[in-house]
Amino acid sequence: MNLDTVKRAADTPGERQPYAELGMKRDEYDRVREILGRRPTSSELAIYSVMWSEHCSYKSSKVHLRQFGTKAPKSDALLVGMGENAGVVDVGDGWAATFKIESHNHPSYVEPHQGAATGVGGIVRDIMSMGARPIAVMDSLRFGGADQPDTRRVLPGVVEGISHYGNCLGLPNIGGEVVFDPCYIGNPLVNALCVGLLRKDQIKLATAPGPGNKVVLFGALTGPDGIGGASVLASATFEDESQAKRPSVQVGDPFMEKLLIECCLELYQADVVVGIQDLGAAGVSCATTELAAKGTGGMDVQLDLVPLRDPSLRPEEILMSESQERMMAVVTPDDIDAFMAICTKWDIPATVIGEVTDTGRLVMTWHGETIVDIPPGTAADEGPVYERPFAEPAGQAALNAASAAELPRPEDLRATLLQLFGSPNLASKEWVTSQYDRYVRGNTVLAQPADAGVLRISEAMPGAEETTRGIALATDGNGRYARLDPYAGAQLALSEAYRNVAVTGATPLAVTNCLNFGSPEDPEVMWQFAEAVRGLADACKILGVPVTGGNVSFYNQTGSTAIHPTPVVGVLGVIDDVAKRVRSGFTGEGDRVVLLGETREELSGSEWAHVAHGHLGGLPPVADLEAERALALVLTEAASRGLLTGSHDLSDGGLAVALAEACLARGVGCAVSLPGDDAFVDLFSESAARALVTVRPEAFDALAELCAAHEVPCYGLGGTGGGTLAVEGVLEIPVAELREVHEGALPAVFG
Amino acid sequence: MARVIVDVMLKPEILDAQGQAIARALPRLGFSGVSSVRQGKRFEVEIEGPADEAALAEVRKMAETLLANTVIEDFTVTVAG
Repeated sequence: MNLDTVKRAADTPGERQPYAELGMKRDEYDRVREILGRRPTSSELAIYSVMWSEHCSYKSSKVHLRQFGTKAPKSDALLVGMGENAGVVDVGDGWAATFKIESHNHPSYVEPHQGAATGVGGIVRDIMSMGARPIAVMDSLRFGGADQPDTRRVLPGVVEGISHYGNCLGLPNIGGEVVFDPCYIGNPLVNALCVGLLRKDQIKLATAPGPGNKVVLFGALTGPDGIGGASVLASATFEDESQAKRPSVQVGDPFMEKLLIECCLELYQADVVVGIQDLGAAGVSCATTELAAKGTGGMDVQLDLVPLRDPSLRPEEILMSESQERMMAVVTPDDIDAFMAICTKWDIPATVIGEVTDTGRLVMTWHGETIVDIPPGTAADEGPVYERPFAEPAGQAALNAASAAELPRPEDLRATLLQLFGSPNLASKEWVTSQYDRYVRGNTVLAQPADAGVLRISEAMPGAEETTRGIALATDGNGRYARLDPYAGAQLALSEAYRNVAVTGATPLAVTNCLNFGSPEDPEVMWQFAEAVRGLADACKILGVPVTGGNVSFYNQTGSTAIHPTPVVGVLGVIDDVAKRVRSGFTGEGDRVVLLGETREELSGSEWAHVAHGHLGGLPPVADLEAERALALVLTEAASRGLLTGSHDLSDGGLAVALAEACLARGVGCAVSLPGDDAFVDLFSESAARALVTVRPEAFDALAELCAAHEVPCYGLGGTGGGTLAVEGVLEIPVAELREVHEGALPAVFG
Repeated sequence: MARVIVDVMLKPEILDAQGQAIARALPRLGFSGVSSVRQGKRFEVEIEGPADEAALAEVRKMAETLLANTVIEDFTVTVAG
């Protein structure tokens, strides 16, 4: 069998190469030839094809994503911004939090269980590679219609995969979202978030400095996982030898990941790591080129030293393998023995596969023959960048003209509330979240169904006993709003996550995002993407929360039909004293129920329009970011002064759904009257920048004063108590009836 | 009455974390000379009537639908002798 060496490549310039089958365009292939001054070897082609893929190079999104940097608000809390494995934020008292959200959409459609499980594994390794201990995960999930048959295949598998991997790792799953919409039927969205903690002076970076330092591959063995594409190269090299089709499904091993976590933390503790990178998509190709490019600039790797699960793997396949639970570290020769001893202790296979050099070249050999010799930066950082054309979708104006204001309004608001409250998107997600462990490790202060997850720091990390601080996290997104107006839709996603963090009493600090869109080659999709990024960057600036990282997932489409543009936004906040976190919903009898914020008639894109009429048209609610910011200031200050006994954000389904959910928190009812003249609008409009809070009657004046100081409208609606949700002159529903509709919906579909 | 056996194995290229764990445990228990373990599942399906071609086709359908995840697993159907 032929080994395609650098020498052979130089001697056979005319050999046809399967660049197109690997997803490369002709001009991209020509550029590789120009960079190298010869045709690439098949191994080099493997590296360039994966590193220059949309997934790794962000070639279509880069020109837009730059706004997250150029428009970034100044933030003293930001320790590491975009461009590393994950952003790091100062949360005070010497501690830092690192968090990131990432998509694993397509693999979760092909094999829901493994796809979703490895999605969790991948994001956890990103967090580990920053030097942190992962302390919690969250998942933002979108599926086709709840009644569509394929949803019954995909959803249970995804949920099982997430719970299996996360529960085995012993990480609490503290929240997220589950949304149903027929647009996701062939393209479910599985966006996984992980958060970790570290001392702020112990951040690790993906870099390989210091010639002579050793390059160590450690963790699971390398097998033929996720390398469907590489078979093209392998068969080209193998010629007649028949090659079984390689699987594209990666399978994870959470127990190996758990060992890797503990092993990495001990390696950090012993201070024997110079640079570190997890192996995700593009595996060894990505880790070697990125580490080398960010370090002294060169690296020699003996690829035949990579320990294999399947000894028949060819170099091209090793380079493209996406086997899970692997990491790459750069270690000084003095520390290598200590490094290896720690890996042995944790039963983690570790192998020195190369060395850092100052040659400016990434050189790989296979049993002594050179098969790769490239400038690493050309693969890692200098990939193609496209200014793809974009154009407003043809039907956009007509879509925006078809406002929900024209829809017939219901007579019976009681029935409408019950209908919405039992619809799949608003129903209790307990069927999903009860499969996750929310409290493992014992640091969970708030978790689903609370508006945001809140974690205590003091017991999460050794040495943190003194701090009273906690962190809060929420993810949100609304594909229908973004379809109507991607600029506003992205801002509304941020607004909601920001508000969900604030209602717990935490101060929002930083943002991560997962941008799920159709094909960037479709100008109409590209317009949605450009608008969403512009909207999000502008909103981050106004709210003073920088984007610290995230990911872009394109090509979420079936045929020519793309999903709704779905920017999912995660916000991390910090609360000075977790004992002062505000509980979700009505927490006792005899409290005043107060609505904060302004209600406008905003029904387009709403849950009511969706559920009652299957309607999507008009313009989404106004994203009033100044109001959002003022509301958050009121909420956090009221919480720190201990004024609030409970809170809940208003979003999908408006005030009606917020009241109903608040009643279910502890089975405490309420009697309220509505502030406006139109009960339907008051109850079901989805105006942003609103929240429901409860206070003891004697604290109401203090809250009202605080609201006045920040110019936040404040309406006393009534009081808590009793066993019904009673809206004066409009409706009265027993809490037990609300619970039955709300909690019965998903079990009725999924068993 | 006939008994049909369905053996389900992960495809050879798919990571078998349980098999690996067993392979690692064996030397600790004093068993040497094992280079690899793959773990699978065996189903014994009792059918009414004879195990003719039609019945086996039905069992294969069961295997594809429920017993095996054909994205990552292979299966074989045999009649218990």
